[in-house]
Amino acid sequence: MNATRAYLPAVALLLLAGLIPVLVAANTVLNFIVFTLIIALAAQGWNLLGGFGGQFSFGHAAFFGTGAYATAILQARYGVNAWAGFAIGIALSAAVGWMIGYLSFRSGLRGSYFALVTLAFAEVFRILANASAFTGGAAGTLVRLDMRPENFQFASRAVFVWIALALVGFVLIMTIAIGRARFGAWLAAVRENEDAARALGVDVLGVKLKAITLSAGVTGAAGALYVQYYLYLDANIAYGAWISVEALIAPIIGGIGTPLGPVIGAVTLHGLGELTKLFAGRIPGIDLVIYGALLVAAIAFAPDGIMGLLRKAQRRKDADKATDQNVTEGTL
Amino acid sequence: MFAPDIILAAVLNGLMTGSVYALIALGLTLVYGVLHIINFAHGATLTAAMFAVYVAHTVFRLDPYLALVIVTPLFFGLGYGLQRFVIGPASHGEDRNILLVTLGLSILIENAMLAMFRSDTRSIDVPYAFSSIDLGFTFLALPRVLAFGVALLVALLLGLLLTRTDTGKAIRAVAKEKTGAALAGIDVAHIYAVTFGLGAACVAIAACLLMPTFYVTPRAGNAFVLVAFTIVVLGGMGSIPGALIGALFIGVVESLCGLFFGESLGQIGIFLIFILVLLVKPTGLFGARA
Repeated sequence: MNATRAYLPAVALLLLAGLIPVLVAANTVLNFIVFTLIIALAAQGWNLLGGFGGQFSFGHAAFFGTGAYATAILQARYGVNAWAGFAIGIALSAAVGWMIGYLSFRSGLRGSYFALVTLAFAEVFRILANASAFTGGAAGTLVRLDMRPENFQFASRAVFVWIALALVGFVLIMTIAIGRARFGAWLAAVRENEDAARALGVDVLGVKLKAITLSAGVTGAAGALYVQYYLYLDANIAYGAWISVEALIAPIIGGIGTPLGPVIGAVTLHGLGELTKLFAGRIPGIDLVIYGALLVAAIAFAPDGIMGLLRKAQRRKDADKATDQNVTEGTL
Repeated sequence: MFAPDIILAAVLNGLMTGSVYALIALGLTLVYGVLHIINFAHGATLTAAMFAVYVAHTVFRLDPYLALVIVTPLFFGLGYGLQRFVIGPASHGEDRNILLVTLGLSILIENAMLAMFRSDTRSIDVPYAFSSIDLGFTFLALPRVLAFGVALLVALLLGLLLTRTDTGKAIRAVAKEKTGAALAGIDVAHIYAVTFGLGAACVAIAACLLMPTFYVTPRAGNAFVLVAFTIVVLGGMGSIPGALIGALFIGVVESLCGLFFGESLGQIGIFLIFILVLLVKPTGLFGARA
């Protein structure tokens, strides 16, 4: 595939999405879009490690929360500029990712064990953040409302939509580039067969560490963006299991290991979630019942997610076209 | 510092909490030992069982200990069906998929409970909830002493089932070598489902023992199962005696940590043990190579 064909659909989709705030002004719609994009970003992070590298983390909340808390605390406690706080938040969550990766990959944890250890790390962070005065304890941390661009706060929600889109777009292009680069091939090799990859001279530990660091940084950016948008954070939002689950389900529903998968998954899930709420009323948890059912159904019937289904449909259409052509040629 | 009898009381209380942990961990370790996968729906199953006991008591006026006779076989059947007709077919025989399917089920069950019962904290009233046994230096709550006894008995029965019956032999055969077991005429899908059923039955018993003194919310099971993960890893995934000893040990650690560092940080001790064991000796104290 040549470069233009690889990047074109993604870029076109983003530009189209960028038009939405111009056409729609309703706050509920823009809120929904920003929230969905934050989830998509967190999911893109998970996809780098889980989808491309095959290491299933059940604790991406550790990175989301670190990005969020760092950004919030740097502003609220130390008066650091919001944009600088945002950047430091991303760097810190990447560092946490490297640390967790170093500890667990060096011990050779895979599969169930890796899932468990990431879950445990996120829980430890949650309990600590909930108990310590530094993070505001159970009352949480507030970022002071001061809507100026230099504070990374905007009166218009449209600007947030564009910033979130830009971040998702940047990661999307980065992911496509990784998929086409040597690093992507190494990741695939580690995912498919770690021992074989090592035998072929792939630095397995190094590749996994690079993947988890990058993955944590992206999910941390989602956390930092979350706190800039909602200006409030507590331990259950930042390090709660909900975000670990969101980050994992979206890529699986959308198409695991594909660049667009997490974005499509997040949009589908949250679109369906809103629809269910619309029809079922305000029954708590009803949208999550749908998520759970969809996750099971996706693994049972569409293990490659929505992207896999689309690809299959495309291939069938191509095949039909080819047969048609053969038939026509045959009659001549 | 605390007086020795306070510490002794904390240790005894820890042992009793640990015995309920043991039941939950036994179910988890059994499933891991045979299917080689963590059942992430274990916590939601526990919650569901606790709600079943709650409904049995409020609607049918059934004592939780009597409910045990009904809830346990019910959950065995439920677990059996879940593995046989949902988890097994949905995961196409891939370990990673089983992990995700059980996660999906746990989200589904937990939130279905939330939709049905809302997030209120519910508990049941039994006349003996505050009965206690006087040991001279401390009092032990009767329901917790009962829980301790029943948990040990169930562990013993489970051990006997696995070592003395044909089904137990088949379960161990499948755990060791499933292809070989299939060749020897064992119905592997059936044994998988039986194992899953046994795991669910274990949490059902745990739920009956918990409800007289504990409360239930749609997320109640999760706290227990996170602890059970620690126990299973500590004791060695798949090891029955490991789960038992690990559970009692963790119960005591939690109780002592709570005494020394306060309730909210008491759990940190458990997670630190968990991470440490995973990083240093992921096979646990009694486990073979996973």
